[in-house]
Amino acid sequence: MSIFDDPFDADSRVNAGCICGQHQSPAEHEHAMLALRCEPVADSHEKRYENVVASAVLRAVFPEVTTRRAFLKTVGAATALAAVSQFFPLKTATEAFAEAGTPEKKDLKVGFIPITCATPIIMAAPLGFYSKAGLNVEVVKTAGWAVIRDKTINKEYDASHMLAPMPIAISLGLGAQPIPFTVPAIENINGQGITLAMKHKDKRNPKDWKGMKFAIPFDYSMHNYLLRYYLAEHGIDPDTDVQLRSVPPPEMVANLRADNIDGFLAPDNICQRAIYDGVGFLHVLSKEIWDGHPCCSFSASREFITTAPNSFAALTRAIVDATAYASKAENRKQIAEAIAPANYINAPVTVLEQVLTGTYADGLGGVKTDPKRVDFDPFPWQSFAVWMLTQMKRWGQIKGDVDYKSVAEQIYLATDTRKVMTDMGLTPPKDSYKSFSVMGKPFDPTKPDDYVASFKIKKAS
Amino acid sequence: MTASLRLRAAVVSIVLLAVFLGAWHIATRSTGTAANMSPEYAKLMGMTATQGKSAMPGPLDIGAKLWEHLRRPFYDNGPNDKGLGIQLAYSLGRVMLGYLIAVAIAIPLGFLIGMSPLMSKALDPFIQILKPISPLAWMPLALYTIKDSSLSAIFVIFICSVWPMLINTAFGVASVRKEWINVARTLEVGNIRRAFTVILPAAAPTILTGMRISIGIAWLVIVAAEMLVGGTGIGYFVWNEWNNLSITNVIIAILLIGVVGMVLDQMLARVSRLVTFPE
Repeated sequence: MSIFDDPFDADSRVNAGCICGQHQSPAEHEHAMLALRCEPVADSHEKRYENVVASAVLRAVFPEVTTRRAFLKTVGAATALAAVSQFFPLKTATEAFAEAGTPEKKDLKVGFIPITCATPIIMAAPLGFYSKAGLNVEVVKTAGWAVIRDKTINKEYDASHMLAPMPIAISLGLGAQPIPFTVPAIENINGQGITLAMKHKDKRNPKDWKGMKFAIPFDYSMHNYLLRYYLAEHGIDPDTDVQLRSVPPPEMVANLRADNIDGFLAPDNICQRAIYDGVGFLHVLSKEIWDGHPCCSFSASREFITTAPNSFAALTRAIVDATAYASKAENRKQIAEAIAPANYINAPVTVLEQVLTGTYADGLGGVKTDPKRVDFDPFPWQSFAVWMLTQMKRWGQIKGDVDYKSVAEQIYLATDTRKVMTDMGLTPPKDSYKSFSVMGKPFDPTKPDDYVASFKIKKAS
Repeated sequence: MTASLRLRAAVVSIVLLAVFLGAWHIATRSTGTAANMSPEYAKLMGMTATQGKSAMPGPLDIGAKLWEHLRRPFYDNGPNDKGLGIQLAYSLGRVMLGYLIAVAIAIPLGFLIGMSPLMSKALDPFIQILKPISPLAWMPLALYTIKDSSLSAIFVIFICSVWPMLINTAFGVASVRKEWINVARTLEVGNIRRAFTVILPAAAPTILTGMRISIGIAWLVIVAAEMLVGGTGIGYFVWNEWNNLSITNVIIAILLIGVVGMVLDQMLARVSRLVTFPE
């Protein structure tokens, strides 16, 4: 039974089917599907909380379904609500519920890199999601992934925008000393692309890419793993046949113009900027490699969670709320305008709009539309972490055996986020693992070692 | 004669500037030929692609933007967007702090090295090895050990400005004329008094030359350091505008960095003229 069903609806049937059989009516099925994609169902979250609290109270007063229905039938939903609020302070309960413990620390600093992946983290400031959660958050623009890592480890930032594999790398001590980090929420799914220089207009087959130079934002990035995956599937060994360079995203466009690199796999606002300036064209969206892949994450150290659990919970709520807001297509234009100024991403509004609304110039003279070019979904699937670990192992970043499951579960906080989402009146997925396929090849999170072994091209270990 | 020379030099300077600006303006003019594309597509593209506008801004763009910045140098739109005046103040603050710490350490240490041949020989290898290290190479180490990015930036300024001052002070102190020291010794002047009344005035011009070199280096390095750590400062401004590929703002920042550097250098030149003496 969905958490969203209206307890004041006397006509709701106890047993009626929907397509999947789990819901009482097709409408409710639709409702649950929306919630699964974290699109907010009620108009505002106060309203949503109110529904959750009211339904809980009503259920407590009339535990029997039949009595509840009889009561509702005789007096009507509005009267019932009024009656209940007479002897139970619904308003106060809702407020107490929404607050869920005062934050230990109200003034927080959150670091971000100026790319569209950070949309929920950034927009939560100008659009007031942090203040709604009772926090005073300063979002600080940071120069690069290594700096954001160091500043978060040094506790200059309380939490940060990080590439989804970074918290795993930090926790495992790859490229830094091991410090337990966590991912309470994924930021965006999809929203990256392979951009090539204009001169490669006719070289659309990756098999012809031998000897080319590509830029990626960071070694521990989905960009690195996706580009390597894409190249390897086309028979190009990313370690020997091409050159991969770690280049900060803003410099990618300048390097492409200067002919220092042939292309890059980067966040969409960088791709779109290259197109906007007429120096490159979009080869494929990352969505075409793996639809629904995670990219960036919202990350905090384990220590922050233990020292300030309420602040952490409030922060997670704000991010989940902002992510839900960002996932709605009709809000995207407003978001593009909110995050374009120099204080945030610092890019032309047209570029950000093309990324967020999904109607974009492809650089070859065509206008394309793909509303899911970038999407936002906060749930930190642990299977994502397992996939990243398999790729770290495949490309030699991890040597030796990995306990995939326990690493994924310690870092990707699916259980905690599920609880936060449920408390907020959203319906998070019940499982923490799901299988998916990358370029048509299925991935089974229960058999990571077989998956690594199944690749022909990988770093010889 | 000198007046007319100065006048002629000024005229040549202005002509050179005018020629440079003219050439720049012509080189960056938009070609005006709109590329062949559908209006719907053109709306999604930048001026560079649609109107053949050069990626490099012209002098007029720069002038307009510079005026915009100069009109409101102290605006504050939040933690990541502040006016140029505020950014410069942050950078100058960092440079001054790091530089003053360097002065406080380099000059006494330089005295010690200059006055004692033993210490001079003993410390020489360390100085020789540490001196040529690029200050930015210290950055990762500083971030890792100090664990604070703004302190790290100050540390980098300190480490880059300490060497020229140290070496110049030691050299100036060591090369004070032997006769003057001997006269002081004959008059039975104590060590401390000798240092302050004989050696310090004699070595002051050399010490100030070292300080002048140091402030130049410190100002060079702060821009790079701030680009690395971000947050505030003129270096961060350059990085943030580079992020947006706004060459106009980058050029403005370059101009301002040059002007501030010149002012700092001239200030120390003034001071050093005060302490020079005719032999």
